[in-house]
Amino acid sequence: MKINITVIIINILAILGISFSFYKNRGKSVKALKIALKSSLKMAPAIGIIIILVGLLMGFITPELITKLLGNQTGIIGIILASIVGAVLMIPSLIAFPLTASLVESGASISVAAAFITTLTMIGFVTLPIEMRELGKKITFLRNGISFIIAVGIALIMGVLLK
Amino acid sequence: MNEDAKKQNQQSGNGMNDKSKMGQQKNNNKGNLVILVGIILTAVILLAIYPENKAASINASSDLIKELILILPAVLILMGLFSVWVSKEIVIKYMGHASGIKGMILSLVMGMLPTGPLYIAFPMASMLLKKGARVANIIIFLSAWACIKLPQELVELRFMGARFMFIRLSFTIIMVIFMGFLIEKIDKYSNKK
Repeated sequence: MKINITVIIINILAILGISFSFYKNRGKSVKALKIALKSSLKMAPAIGIIIILVGLLMGFITPELITKLLGNQTGIIGIILASIVGAVLMIPSLIAFPLTASLVESGASISVAAAFITTLTMIGFVTLPIEMRELGKKITFLRNGISFIIAVGIALIMGVLLK
Repeated sequence: MNEDAKKQNQQSGNGMNDKSKMGQQKNNNKGNLVILVGIILTAVILLAIYPENKAASINASSDLIKELILILPAVLILMGLFSVWVSKEIVIKYMGHASGIKGMILSLVMGMLPTGPLYIAFPMASMLLKKGARVANIIIFLSAWACIKLPQELVELRFMGARFMFIRLSFTIIMVIFMGFLIEKIDKYSNKK
């Protein structure tokens, strides 16, 4: 377990934030804590899934296999596949980062990781119906379609920059 | 449990609630629980058959648990604070008036604040459009809301490293702004026809 500067900063921010909030308005602060508790309960099953998945991944799947499936030599096809998976899946992105990090650690390429994270956050298959109802088909398809292309583009650029 | 889920949805949706979303959320949670049970069973069986892989698996899982305990509560508290202190009404008020470069930056910043899940951003966006906000700004707002949440970026920084996060973030911001103007152009063009 590494306690690094990011962890310290996040916790200091949270402590300062909640203290200041309590000082300003007790009711609102209690509400904020309730929202935090509720969203963590809502996320709990997904967190459990990822924790076990990462364990199995590190214990059973060899880095060679991950490199073969998600490594650099998969090229553009690997990136496009990762983008599709990211677009369809509904993983809370907070939890997706550790999963992606462990994949990269065992041999997945940076491009595949970037593509997956970018479509996971930008494109929502599950929320498409709501988006269409509120903003119309045209804007919805344009936004999600262009986002997909952007994700592949960002992935390619990052593959070059972070080699 | 069901009662709780309902309440929770009412709260997060505030005035702009919709029933289909409620059902979806419930199904989603149930589905995740089923997957969780399935994956626990799979793990137990796999580890029983291959005990030699046990150490590595349990190590990786417990490392991740420790990491998450250090980081997640703080992130969730920050998100809770934002959703309480920066209300939808404030976002709409500021974005409805701004224009030009200022409007663009404001859309980006308002989207980045962690004020709630994506599905409450769509009704906000449609309300803003009706109030006369630019299409480009709405797209920037929505995309920032979807993929550039501030506390989330701290988690990305923690797990993926500074270089990965900064490069991905800067390209995402540039591309999101570009996409906003592109979609606005296409939208204008197709409306003319």
